[in-house]
Amino acid sequence: MSFEPLLLSAYSTVSALGHGRASALAALRAGRSGLRPCDYDEAGLDTWIGRVDGVEDVALPAALAPFDCRNNRLAALGLESDGFAAAVAAARARYGAARIGVFIGTSTSGIEATEQAYRRRGGTEGPLPASFDYRHTHNTFSSADFTRRYLGLEGPALVISTACSSSAKVFATASRHIRAGWCDAAVVGGVDSLCLTTLYGFNSLELVSHQPCRPWDAARDGISIGEAAGFALLERPAGRDGVALLGYGESSDAYHMSTPHPEGEGALLAMRAALDCAGLEPGQVDYINLHGTATPSNDRAEDRAVTRLFGTAVPCSSTKGWTGHTLGAAGITEAVFGCLAVEQGLMPGSLNTGQIDPQLSAPLLRETVQRPVRVVMSNSFGFGGSNCALILGRQP
Amino acid sequence: MMRVNIESIGLVAPGLPGWEAAQEVLRGERALEAESAPVFRPTLLPPNERRRTTALIKLALQTAEDALARSRHPMAELASVFVSAEGDGEIVDRICTALTLPDRPVSPTHFHNSVHNAPAGYWAIASGSQRFSTSLAAGADSFAAGLLEAAAVAALEQVPVMLLAYDYALPPALAGRGYVDAVFGVAMILTADEAPGLTPLSLELATGSAVPPPLPPELAVLRAHNPAAAALPLLTALARRGSATLTLPCHDGQTLRLGIER
Repeated sequence: MSFEPLLLSAYSTVSALGHGRASALAALRAGRSGLRPCDYDEAGLDTWIGRVDGVEDVALPAALAPFDCRNNRLAALGLESDGFAAAVAAARARYGAARIGVFIGTSTSGIEATEQAYRRRGGTEGPLPASFDYRHTHNTFSSADFTRRYLGLEGPALVISTACSSSAKVFATASRHIRAGWCDAAVVGGVDSLCLTTLYGFNSLELVSHQPCRPWDAARDGISIGEAAGFALLERPAGRDGVALLGYGESSDAYHMSTPHPEGEGALLAMRAALDCAGLEPGQVDYINLHGTATPSNDRAEDRAVTRLFGTAVPCSSTKGWTGHTLGAAGITEAVFGCLAVEQGLMPGSLNTGQIDPQLSAPLLRETVQRPVRVVMSNSFGFGGSNCALILGRQP
Repeated sequence: MMRVNIESIGLVAPGLPGWEAAQEVLRGERALEAESAPVFRPTLLPPNERRRTTALIKLALQTAEDALARSRHPMAELASVFVSAEGDGEIVDRICTALTLPDRPVSPTHFHNSVHNAPAGYWAIASGSQRFSTSLAAGADSFAAGLLEAAAVAALEQVPVMLLAYDYALPPALAGRGYVDAVFGVAMILTADEAPGLTPLSLELATGSAVPPPLPPELAVLRAHNPAAAALPLLTALARRGSATLTLPCHDGQTLRLGIER
């Protein structure tokens, strides 16, 4: 049985490019990066970050005060962008609160709250501050629990946390829940926020660039960490037009915890599975939004996988130079870029890429171009070898 | 209503060291010796990889091994759903402590073990399975959420899947602040295939709240301190080897109805 497309009937994005789709689109058209020298907290690292303005000023509804942390404030920005919460309220009236599921991807959840609690502890022993609410801020389920309460939904709810593929894989799990009849529609999304754990963690692995990240560049030397929130409402099209999820593919590398298979085996399996799920041939894809983190080994492995499956025929780009690597929110952020590509007839360029690595051969777009786009593949690959490819486009 | 088949079960918890030994306890034929903490010696990983892992990762892999011992499927053919309400508290504690020290010396090994899907990553390396794996969390109802996803994978994607729900007690600094204060791991290999010796399981998600099924006091304590132990009523019914119906609560307003038909 081929996959029944699911319409993205509403969607939102908040990233370093700004709040909402219009801000993202304006930046993509103007060639304006969201990256800036690291000014997060007192991180003191010589690197660039994709920071969202205004997170500190968000006030959560009083009833959700226990959830207050940077990650859930960022989620609230995403829920209020692009009329998303209002669209979900209308869907709730149509389906009933119990028939809409919530599937959110995050890698570090609200860990900043725990980092701050440990710093306020004074030494490495003794109790953490009594005011610290671990369960509602940092616990992995927090962002889905927050989202379902914020939107007044009562359907199945869970967080998927598979590092940088998290908020791509929510589309697959939500699709299964709808097909299974566990729910009729689903809020999918991703939210990951800046924290010292990821800044110093990636730094310890020597994967952080001192410059704005340069995907596919001969001199690329690591990622720029970003933060983002994004959401989409998935439902059966019922005759409506719009951008739909046409298929998904998931796989595991089974190779190494933090390094991809050198020939991109796992990535290839995920992309192939997505095409099979959508019932499409490689030649029917118009544009590939790469995972493209700008580490030497990630881009090399992805280039191998893409060229093994697509040859050099399908234009590709990485949007990490615009937003930074938003980790658990990368899947939804780039799925939204895929929707914008189809709706606006636009392929974002790979910002900051100077001289393309002569060892890489996927046809990389360096400039944003206006061109009709019908079908997009969006790649997301994470630590632990967790891979997911999504296919988005106009319904056939 | 969805139907799948349970092929095999794995169980690791205090006084429940493996499914074979645990069944007598679950049937009430032998008392639970809850003081006997399980010893983790998973053999799936080579020693050099095992040294880099944590108690949570060892718990997950040992629980998987117990289920694999009675599975007909080669482990490389299994998709997987990893369910942990808390993730790795030991790693959180170490990283957050390191971030309070001069120069913030976060260990690269701790960082790559910090991802919620670290046990799934080690599992993939050990099993050689390139099938997809999902790592999720759903608070107190994590087991029910994982069972729904795993059943959907088996029935809709038509691949055998290992559901693995496990949580390890939080370290002292975080104790009492989360969902977990006890050790518990359960594995179930689910398949859409029909074959002799499999146990049929039906699942139905309904609106309306449910009261958790009753358990003997010593097992109820375990369930109160570890979301993975929400599996205990189902495991008890499976150990009794008869037909059964039971309900699991799911996020306040929903009920997961399970049926075993023998």
